[in-house]
Amino acid sequence: MSEYIIKNGKVYDPKTGIKGDVSDVCIKDGKIAEKVSSKAKVIDAKGMTVMAGAVEVHAHVAGPKVNEGRNYRPEDKLFTYKPTGKNTRMAGGFSIPTTFKTGYEYARMGYTTVMEAAMPPLYARHVHEEIKDTPIVDEGAFPVFGNNWFVFEYLKNDEMDNVCAYISWLLRTTKGYAIKIVNPGGSEAWGWGENCTTVNDPVPYFDITPAEIVKGLLTANEKMGLPHSIHIHSNNLGNPGNYETTLDTLKIAEGVKPNNKFGREQVLHHTHVQFHSYKGDSWANFESGSKEIADYFNKNKNMTMDLGCVTLDETTTMTADGPFEHHLTSLNHLKWANVDVELETSSGIVPYVYDPNIKVCAIQWCIGLELGLLAKDPMRTFITTDHPNAGPFTRYPRIMKWLMSDKARQDMLKGFKNSDKVIAATNLASIDRELTMFEIAQMTRAGPARSLGLYDIFGGLAPGMDADVAIFNIDEDKVKDPEDIEKAFSAASYVFKSGTMVVENGEVISNGNKRTLWVDAKIPMNKQVERDVQMKFLKFYSMNLNNYEVSNHYVPNPYVIEVDN
Amino acid sequence: MMTKTITDVICPFCGTLCDDLTITTDDEGKKILDVENACAIGAEKFLHASDHEHRKTRPRRLQEDGTFKDITYDEAIEYTAQMLATAKKPSMYGWSSTSCEAQSTGHEIAELCGALVDNTAAVCHGTTLVAVQNVGIPSCTLGEVKNRADRIIFWGCNPAHAHPRHMSRYSIFPRGYFTGKGQKQRKIIVVDPRPTDTASIADVHLQVEQGYDYELLQALRAAVRGQEISGDIVAGVPKEKVYEAAEMLKSGRFGVIFFGMGVTQSLGKDHNIDAAIMLTNDLNNYTKFSIIAMRGHYNVTGSGQVLGWQFGFPYSVDLSRGFARYNPGETGTIEVLKRKEIDAMFVLGSDPGAHFPMQCVKEISGLPSVAVDPHITPTTEICKVHVPVAFVGVEVGGNCYRMDNVPIEARKVVEPPEGMMTDVEFLSAVLKRVKELKAN
Amino acid sequence: MSTISINLISGRTIQQGASMEGGKDTDKYMKACGIIEIDDSDFKRLEIMKNTNVRVISEFGNVVVKAVEATQGPHPGVAFIPMGPWANSVTSPETYSTGMPTFKGVPITIEPAENEKVLTSIELVREKCWGDA
Repeated sequence: MSEYIIKNGKVYDPKTGIKGDVSDVCIKDGKIAEKVSSKAKVIDAKGMTVMAGAVEVHAHVAGPKVNEGRNYRPEDKLFTYKPTGKNTRMAGGFSIPTTFKTGYEYARMGYTTVMEAAMPPLYARHVHEEIKDTPIVDEGAFPVFGNNWFVFEYLKNDEMDNVCAYISWLLRTTKGYAIKIVNPGGSEAWGWGENCTTVNDPVPYFDITPAEIVKGLLTANEKMGLPHSIHIHSNNLGNPGNYETTLDTLKIAEGVKPNNKFGREQVLHHTHVQFHSYKGDSWANFESGSKEIADYFNKNKNMTMDLGCVTLDETTTMTADGPFEHHLTSLNHLKWANVDVELETSSGIVPYVYDPNIKVCAIQWCIGLELGLLAKDPMRTFITTDHPNAGPFTRYPRIMKWLMSDKARQDMLKGFKNSDKVIAATNLASIDRELTMFEIAQMTRAGPARSLGLYDIFGGLAPGMDADVAIFNIDEDKVKDPEDIEKAFSAASYVFKSGTMVVENGEVISNGNKRTLWVDAKIPMNKQVERDVQMKFLKFYSMNLNNYEVSNHYVPNPYVIEVDN
Repeated sequence: MMTKTITDVICPFCGTLCDDLTITTDDEGKKILDVENACAIGAEKFLHASDHEHRKTRPRRLQEDGTFKDITYDEAIEYTAQMLATAKKPSMYGWSSTSCEAQSTGHEIAELCGALVDNTAAVCHGTTLVAVQNVGIPSCTLGEVKNRADRIIFWGCNPAHAHPRHMSRYSIFPRGYFTGKGQKQRKIIVVDPRPTDTASIADVHLQVEQGYDYELLQALRAAVRGQEISGDIVAGVPKEKVYEAAEMLKSGRFGVIFFGMGVTQSLGKDHNIDAAIMLTNDLNNYTKFSIIAMRGHYNVTGSGQVLGWQFGFPYSVDLSRGFARYNPGETGTIEVLKRKEIDAMFVLGSDPGAHFPMQCVKEISGLPSVAVDPHITPTTEICKVHVPVAFVGVEVGGNCYRMDNVPIEARKVVEPPEGMMTDVEFLSAVLKRVKELKAN
Repeated sequence: MSTISINLISGRTIQQGASMEGGKDTDKYMKACGIIEIDDSDFKRLEIMKNTNVRVISEFGNVVVKAVEATQGPHPGVAFIPMGPWANSVTSPETYSTGMPTFKGVPITIEPAENEKVLTSIELVREKCWGDA
């Protein structure tokens, strides 16, 4: 296999501790190597920035609600289409790109591993079909557990062994990666048109609270020693005053120690925290709660977050928080799609226009960035847009620009129509911190990889790790215009995936050999859970048990992470 | 005689996609002896497939005198590849009675040849897809219906005839988690210009005047919102019945509207569906309601899914300019045939010869054309080449999507006739040849 | 014997589905789909015996089918032909810019044709495509 040596670049690698020094990076047999032979191809990265391939910790890129979004928004394709290329299929879509475009655009930005944020188990086969058709990037998907009838019953009855056996079985059956929790309890309540908006609202009929669901799954996750922690979208998303619900949720994890052999240091990952950091009690006095939330995260080091930054675009919201989407359509009156999934979850889709001239949208924009800038530990704070909810992932370079340049932020703030009101309701104007290139590497590579329990494989440039490397045409010390940041990160000069060059001069030159990551927790099925599963399928599911499992046919290139028990 | 029994078999006929069939075959797995749990149509599909004597097992080419001459698969592959590669604007139509794997391979060919790719939604739920693009769609999986629904409307559809096991598997009779009393705790409304067999098990039949569903839908919306309906009769239905229906729906705790061709194909078309979806939205202000399209073919939904994630549109996709465009009234197969805009026709997994208006069938018969189908059909008998293939779900497996978008992998239960290709094998061979032709 | 005007719809039946899966070139398929279901009251208007052949004519074409008593009636003023090439010899290709033909709601006239034959699906489609339609 090819050998490469990347010379003269400024390397930013938290794994090996290199903070911008000029350093060689060697690639051999698909891995980072200590050294290579003289036959190695030389890549001259003089004046450029070299990092590991980035790791996307949360995006909605594959599955039934993503595709419903594509099919019900033909307008999302307008003016976006790139015709078939030498190595690429035709590719289109702005907020919900086609699967081919998804792979290409992530790769062009130097992203090499992507986690699909929410997989409804009944539809897992669909998620995997789309993952298969997403070129280049390794992918995994998180099955949702927070509204699952089996989970409710086992946790209500305090049957921790059974819930662990069930979780292990479901991860294997759906070829899933981690325990995802979305609006715990509330999406089941939505089956009757209701919701759970605090952690203590009991789920209709099942009589379990969101706090009990989160606590139970948190305990199970640590007992099982899974690579990732529970990954949670807490209740009350999007409502003014919800920062209190967020703190109530986070408190459940307070003081709990992580248990795993993957180097994971957190017991809870809260996703798209921007949407959950709202103060005030109405849209009129809506203001930023980022200080309270950032403070809490800074104090409690056993938690991680991803930002969910608003990009101020027309985009599409889609989430397994079904009741929230119904609420959103009642606010903006745009077309609403919804799918409630038997025994498992619900989901909704509504287009959204984040207009910078609307005070609320501008405040949301501030909150996402504030959370990133107030964070003391970039290894526990990751850049996302909850794609496509707060904006398309293709805007990550723009977010990096905003985080790295106070001027870029101030220009935006000044340009808002309701600038004074926005500044009064937020903290951003008074924050002049500019994140460094090293901190960006922590927030987009090392931090996410470590939180996923993959830090031995991805997110770093230590010998033995996968040779996922990205080289950008930018020198941190020579940036004159913040636009240079966005430009450089939008189209990498070179990207390597598993040691194969996949992007050169911003263009995709190879489709690589992507893999699907899933976790085999290796907890054997016990007789009770086996029987419960058989009975529920027989009586309540609309599909036979023997047709539920995602066969290996849909995971043609698996990368199984095994948990030693 | 020794036999084999295969359980959990998926039935490849309609969008109900039952997955609880039991098939008994001979010991060698060559002949189907018995089918359990299928409806009459599904059973016929499996049993007929096994009747190899009446199957064409090799491709045939139409001769000048109207008879067919057997050709080899290689010759059929060559004809197909040449036809698609040299056409300026070919149509690749059908896709609804085959697997997602086959659809995906077909799309690669379509992209290389700048084809118009379309599926049977063009003559079925296409107008539903357009309506959803206008107003969205609140929906749920069929298990939610089974477990929660106490109000069911069948609007412009007749599941007793078109989706025979729907009512017993999902919508009327099942005893689900919250619906232990089965039919007894469900109220059923059927809206249809005829008192159909489905209507005979309904609590209420609104015999709408054919073609006036739009008025009735909007009147029902008004009634749901507590507004007054002017006049005494709406669309052939006395207004008291409309008020009663509205109350019945609002008094439920979980309702579902199932709808079909009665509203997608009649005048009003996508506006009918728009109104039905908006009715569902309105009802969600009072109780919980969902709406589900009764998809016809067993994998038309899958075709829409694969087209969606690969190109961004669910049907009537035009790749002729090198990038995907979509405008059903313009790029749909019916319209391009009428306008004589295509110069080659490739049909796989459907029968436009039987199900298109005859004017369009006549157009197809005048074009270079290939029909890939296990059966002999009106399409195969007017195309230039007929390529028989194995039955998906019987002789070869593959992924399919149910009417509620749930993916279920169909199985292989018997061997296909000796030497017969599958859709995927045929398309892969055509793709390989097309790539060679395009490279020159 | 008279000619009547009536509104035509087409659609699925179990017999249409089952016979289709058994082979569209069969007599069974012709018997299942080469028919038009007419209400009693419309038979009276037509003044013919049930189970005799009729010619169905629309703006878009014509076809000979067997007139049978409505099986899911009464529906005076509405006639039903199961989906298939017989129905589609007369249904409307007009899509009103939606791409969707009008398979339901086609004005037709029905006239007696008791001495004319109902063709098989293959004979029918070949005649319409290559013969004198």
